[in-house]
Parts: sequence; C-alpha cells; structure tokens
Amino acid sequence: MRTRVPAAETSPIPSSAAATAALDVRARPLPPEEQRRRFLRSVATHSMLIVTSLMFLLPMVFVLTTSVMTDQQSLTRRIWPDPFVWSNFLDVFSRIDLWRYTLNTMLIATLSTFGIVLSCVPVAYALSRMQWRGRQAAFILVLATLMLPFQVTIVPLYVIFVRLDWINTLLPLIVPAFFGDAFSIFLLRQFFLTIPEEMSDAARVDGASEFQIMIRVIVPLAKPAIAAVALFNFLYNWNDFFGPLLYLIGNNRLWTLGLALSEFRTMHHVEWNLTMAASLLFMLPVIVLFFLAQRVFVEGVTLTGVKG
Amino acid sequence: MSPWIVGFLGFILYPMLATLYFSFTRYDLLSTPEWYGIQNYVYMFTKDPNFWVAVRNTLWIIVFGVPLSIGLSILTAWMLTKPRRGAKVYRTIFFLPSLAPPVAVALAFVFIFNPATGPINAVLTRLGWSDPPLWFFDAQWSKPAMLILTLWGIGGTMIIFLAGLLDVPQQLYEAADIEGATGWQKFRHVTLPTISPVIFFTLVTGVIYGFQFFTQAYVASITVSGSSTSQAATSVGAPNESLMFYSVYLWQQGWGNFRMGYASALAWMMFLVTMACTLILVKTSKRWVHYAGGGFR
Repeated sequence: MRTRVPAAETSPIPSSAAATAALDVRARPLPPEEQRRRFLRSVATHSMLIVTSLMFLLPMVFVLTTSVMTDQQSLTRRIWPDPFVWSNFLDVFSRIDLWRYTLNTMLIATLSTFGIVLSCVPVAYALSRMQWRGRQAAFILVLATLMLPFQVTIVPLYVIFVRLDWINTLLPLIVPAFFGDAFSIFLLRQFFLTIPEEMSDAARVDGASEFQIMIRVIVPLAKPAIAAVALFNFLYNWNDFFGPLLYLIGNNRLWTLGLALSEFRTMHHVEWNLTMAASLLFMLPVIVLFFLAQRVFVEGVTLTGVKG
Repeated sequence: MSPWIVGFLGFILYPMLATLYFSFTRYDLLSTPEWYGIQNYVYMFTKDPNFWVAVRNTLWIIVFGVPLSIGLSILTAWMLTKPRRGAKVYRTIFFLPSLAPPVAVALAFVFIFNPATGPINAVLTRLGWSDPPLWFFDAQWSKPAMLILTLWGIGGTMIIFLAGLLDVPQQLYEAADIEGATGWQKFRHVTLPTISPVIFFTLVTGVIYGFQFFTQAYVASITVSGSSTSQAATSVGAPNESLMFYSVYLWQQGWGNFRMGYASALAWMMFLVTMACTLILVKTSKRWVHYAGGGFR
C-alpha cells in the first residue's frame, strides 16, 4: 500500500504556514496498531521475496561453487568446495582456446549489431515519419515477418550460402544483419512515432532534407530506443547457438563460445568444474552489460511488450 | 527503405517460397532437387512415428510451459509491486537469469540435476527421498526438468507484466475498496482485465517460441548421451526421444540426415500450425482481452 501525505489544503493561509501544516501532518506518529500492521506486512512481503530470490539464485550458486571445486570433488555429491580451486578459471584458458572463441563471438555480435542499427533506422524512419503510398502495406509486411518462424526460411538460405561458399565462414552470421530485421524496425518505428512532428517541421522550414532530419533530429532524440535495439541484438547474437551450429560447426577455428562450450565436455570428457567455470565466463559479459545498461534493458523489454 | 526491400525479398520472401517448393521434392543438397509431389507430407502424417513424437513433446512443453510461465510471471511481478524498499534488487535477481546464454544454462541444469553428482538430488536424498528422479537421464523426468529450466528464465516476461501492473489506474483500486471488494475480487475484476493485453501478447509469443524451442534441448541431449557434434544427429532427443522437440527434429532431418525436402515440409507445417494457433488466439481474444478505453466489464 502506498501512503499518501495529504496535500496541503488550498487555503488562505500564507505559504510558509501551509508548509509547516504539511510538515505537522507528516510528523504525526501513526497509531501503534497501524504501525504494527505495516511492519508485519512488510516482513511478510520481504520474506516472500527473499524465498523467491533464493530459488532464482540457487542454480547460480551451484554453478559458482562447482566451478571452484577440484575435478574429483565435482564428481561427488558434496556441495561446498573444499579446497577452493580458483585457478580453474585460468585452467579453462589453457584447456581450450577461449580467447579465440570470445573474439569470434564478439566479432559476430558487434558487426551484426552495427549492421542492424545501420539498416533499421532508415527503414523505421520511412515507416513512421514520411508519407508515401504503400507505407501501411510495408508496415504490415514487417509485422507479418515478425511472426515468421525462422525455420521457414532456413533451408533455402543454407542452400544459398552453400552456393556462395560461405559455409564455415562468419559471413552468413553477419551479412544478413545489414539487410534489416523486423523486430528492430518495429521497435524503432514505435519509438519514432512518439517524437512530435513539430521537431521535423522546424528542421524542414530551415531547408533540411529528410536524410538530414533523420540524422540530426530524430536519431539524437531516439537514442534510448536505438540503444535498446543495439543491446538486444548484441545479446541475441552473443547467446545464439542455432546459427553458429549450422554455419560454423565444420571449422573449429571460427567457433563461438556457445559452440565451444557445447563441445567442451566431449573434448575433455566430463570435467564439470571446468565446464561450470567456462559457463560462468560465458555469462560474465552479459551480466556486466546488464549492470552497465540496466535502465535500457528494462525500458526496452517493457517497450516490446506494452506496444506489442 | 531499399536495403530492407532487398532483405525482405532475398532473405524472407524468396526463401519462404523456395522452402515451399523444396517441401515437394527430395533434396540432399548434393544433387538437384527431385520432384516428389505430396509424398513428404503423406510420409509425415502416416508413416513417420518420430514426427508424432516430436509433436507430442512440443505440445507438452507448450501446454505446461506457457500457462505456468505466464502465471509465475504475474505472481513474481505482483510481489515486486509490494515492497516500499528494495524492489530493484529483487527485480534484478529475478530478471538476470533470462539473459543467460541458453547453452550455459542447459549445461548448468544438466549438472545441477545430475542424479549421481548433482546438488539437487543430494539435497533431495538428505530430505529423505531415497530414490529421487534421474531427471535428464530418464525419459519420464527429462521434460519436467526442462520445464524447470525454462521457468528459471521468465524474467523478461515478468518485466513486461510488471510494467502492466504498474499501469493499472490507482483510482480503480480505490473505487473497488470503497465498494468493499476483497483482494481476489480486485485481482479478478480490476487487475486481470487491465493486463489482459499483456497476457494475450505473451500467450501468442509463447506458442510461437514453443515450436522453435531448440538450443536447451539439443545441448541437454548431447550432454547426457555423451556424444560429440559429429554424432549429434543420432543422439539429439535423448533420453529415448523424450527431448525430441519439433525444431530439434527438423534440424535432425535437415542437417543430420540431409533430407532437406522433408525438413522443408516440416518447416511449412510448423508455419501453418503456428499461424493457425495465432489466428485462433486472435479470434478468441475479442472475448477476454480488454484494451484501455474499451471500458471494463
């Protein structure tokens, strides 16, 4: 329950007196019975939330404890590491070429994110801030592709990439990004629509072209939406497994972290401690990214759901 | 606009139609596609037992997973609206797992639920359950374990519901208070109608996503069967085909067995079914989804 301090009554009392009156209202202690009730309610709320938090945290705790166990201990049922083997995190790097896989993943994620932003901003601009025949039809097409399962297009795309001799190169995972993505276009369009038309009109009066308006007026105002699109795409590509499995599996020099991790166990039998350490290292950038851009994340997710 | 037009034609429209064409052929990538009529579809429905296994598994995960994740998302989001302090910390804890890479999540859960060495069964035996389930190693329990894995990642859905709950006009609750409504009545007649568009959205995306469920099942299967990628085609779906979901089966047929024609037929069938599900949901939504301004019943 939200408590409301009653607003100072609009009365002929001078403002300073009104302020003290308001202060008095706030300072007045609640009746002890009400205080007790609120305290109990707050205890109930927090214990409920703490129990739920533990359920969400527990898997991570187990991953963390296992990642610092010895190889033998990770194969027993004992839960608490004894001794703590922090060097597991270094051993992973010597066991597999983690740097290379990180670099590959980073390269794919960065370049395709760049491609998505570059290609989607103009399309979203045309769909939201320019008047032209067929605009509505084009938007419906974007919406329709939003619903399309990617499996429906994957066989012919694979055939095309085979013909182009792009299998076992990074190209199939990067080049398509430069041709737009329905979800990003949709998100950007929704945001562009909220920017008042007067902004563009003012620039138009000054003789700016549509391209200039987009670059100078709309893009700076739409930074939060562009950041959200970039973040989602980076994350999607960082986490993606299906694409790399299809296009890169035959060339282990180009493997991504996801591919390498799914193979890790088979290269070295089951070393659960190292597997968990590698998994943690794989999750780490995502966690860091989240804390750096928490607001963008939460607002971006909300934008997709509420406007969708 | 033009790069997207090229992209749309090249990466969506052409491949869609090409998939349709391939679905009427036999095609192994090496030789040219050979016309096969509707034989792929006939085989799918009448002669392929694995197709029905994949369909059943996928329906299982959708029927249990989608309502459960929506319910739990609403519940956790509702809890987050309660405290006066610390809501942000809890929100972060609930949300973060949904961002974790699926490969890492699948490996982590296979380990945690490992019957011999995993902590879950260690705890369960200590609590007095003498023969706890074998989870990912038992065809009976692998899907429930997979369900728990997906429920761990409901954070994204929860954030959407949280925004929806915070959008419920406060006056409506106050009005309900004056009328003497109970907590449940307020939830049923005020909260639920207001967030019904969000429920609708998550329902549709949940069904679509259910048919595309792939990575976690793939990784869990090849891990428990202890095989490498070169043997993946035979071991996906392990144990005993219980994790053979629709998209996994499609991958197995296309990239494991190089039956591209049949994989295309599977893809089109999946497209038609998801479209049909979406249309049904849209049709029924008029009865229970309330859009703001439409008034409340």
